[in-house]
Amino acid sequence: MRDLPTSSSDRRRRLLLAAAGLCLLIAALLSVALGAVRLSPADLWRCLTAGDKTSAAGRIVWYSRLPRTAACLAAGAGLAVAGCILQAVLANPLAAPNIIGVNAGAGLAVTICCVFSAAGWVMSGAAFLGALAAVALVAGLGRATGASRLTVVLSGVAVNALLNAVSETLRAFFPDTAMSSVDFRVGGFSGVTGAGGRLWPAVLIILIGVAAAFLLSNELDVLSMGETTAHGLGLPVRRCRALLLALAALLAGASVSFCGLLGFVGLIVPHLSRTLIGAESRWLVPMSALCGGALVALCDLAARLLFAPYELPAGIFLAFLGAPFFLVLLIRQRGGRTHA
Amino acid sequence: MLEFQRLAAGYGKRPVLQNINLALSPGQVTVLGGLNGCGKSTLLKTASGLLRPLSGQVLLDGKPLGEYSAQQRAQRMAYLPQGRSVPELTAFRMVLHGRFAYLGFPRQYRREDYEAARAALEWVGGAALAERSMAALSGGERQKVYIAMALAQDTGIILMDEPTTYLDIRARFEVMDLARHLADLGKTVVLVLHDLDLTMRYAQRVILLADGGIAADGAPAQLCADGSVQRVYGVETVRAELPGGGEEYVFRPGSVS
Repeated sequence: MRDLPTSSSDRRRRLLLAAAGLCLLIAALLSVALGAVRLSPADLWRCLTAGDKTSAAGRIVWYSRLPRTAACLAAGAGLAVAGCILQAVLANPLAAPNIIGVNAGAGLAVTICCVFSAAGWVMSGAAFLGALAAVALVAGLGRATGASRLTVVLSGVAVNALLNAVSETLRAFFPDTAMSSVDFRVGGFSGVTGAGGRLWPAVLIILIGVAAAFLLSNELDVLSMGETTAHGLGLPVRRCRALLLALAALLAGASVSFCGLLGFVGLIVPHLSRTLIGAESRWLVPMSALCGGALVALCDLAARLLFAPYELPAGIFLAFLGAPFFLVLLIRQRGGRTHA
Repeated sequence: MLEFQRLAAGYGKRPVLQNINLALSPGQVTVLGGLNGCGKSTLLKTASGLLRPLSGQVLLDGKPLGEYSAQQRAQRMAYLPQGRSVPELTAFRMVLHGRFAYLGFPRQYRREDYEAARAALEWVGGAALAERSMAALSGGERQKVYIAMALAQDTGIILMDEPTTYLDIRARFEVMDLARHLADLGKTVVLVLHDLDLTMRYAQRVILLADGGIAADGAPAQLCADGSVQRVYGVETVRAELPGGGEEYVFRPGSVS
């Protein structure tokens, strides 16, 4: 049975979601059509509908642009939804997978996989375990010390730095691995192809993870009321918290396994989405997934086009957007604390 | 029915309360009272399952509380803790989450949940608040929303930890009126209250805690008359006849011994 529409604000939110979906579609089409070789709409239509994989345009579309676009959309959605979950579960607006070490944990695991030439499901699994270990460490530190919200983020920053240092050490010993590239360290999509079994398992995991996060949106909202209220409403708080953190780790880990240490998506997108559509998770999760996919696809497009035929990693653009955004949030939070 | 049998409750291994034997009846507002640190909130947290009994047991409808799943427990007993956070949700959505314990797969609320939430919000007189954000509500309005949430939870037992703290006088009366109306619906309503005036005015049964146990248990007037209130709180009580009939108790600082 369908939910009863409760108000005009629900209709407004449905429209906003539809608009975000449209933005995602346009970003995806632009991402497939534009690049060092520009494809006309007619060429693009022919390649996609006729399944032409042999002509020059067809090879570009099917073997380069489509996997790359899928990677952008999946990584954006995965990291943004991971950010939503972390912010709700850790009750901290500054918690994002790249800031509290979740991406770094996954990055370390991926680097180890590359050293041992592992790929596919093994790499996705390892990335998940690396991310999970990092998030468990940060959440556990916060819990054990009864730390304030800001301290949890700061301990995450320290975990992040430590894990990155270990990764850098490994890269110094094994400089030939793909993980040594700038693309991995700042996050980018130039090396993404459908071949090698690295991309598609991770994309599938992200799709399932985003759907699971949507199904758990009521749990996210109830948890945001505080642990004791959530307990009174019948939420098994510890188990649910662990499940949601594992889900965030799964999403961030799967994303990092193919796009590298892409930063700030998990910070910027949930905040922008919250401003647009409100904090209810049943709206926020799908909105973040759509906006995250669109933002990363557009950043990657800009990275490809601005200095074509040379490419910058998409992560650089996200860092230019994300770092000031993080500072604004930090100042705003401190302001709130001062006036509380 | 909520019962405590030889219950010891506390934090870690340190008992705050020992050998508590109580049965809380439906259709009544029961107030847990006593000085700060006497174990009122500890008893309520143990009753709600937030704290495990150090020994003895809490029985919910005749079965030990620990044998219920979180969902089964919440279908029988609502708990509104002290010092709640203010989530960025609308009042209606908050009340709807009162139906959380009834969610099945695919974890979406059904038509009857929406109807129960709407009826609960109307019952507390908060229909006009439905679309407003919790952050934009006054303390009294928020408390109404939380009570509506507990009502939507549709449980026989409602536990509230200091529901009137930080509220102005009118909001306090409104909250306590709602507590009485909940009891009139046949629910077991158990409150932790600091305010003796409100306790005397609204409680049908008062349980005073002191020195790690139950110091007194009875109707409010009886506890004033037999000197229990004076002994536990260290205050003097003065009984005043009201001009239109009825009586009220006034509390004054006790003599320093």
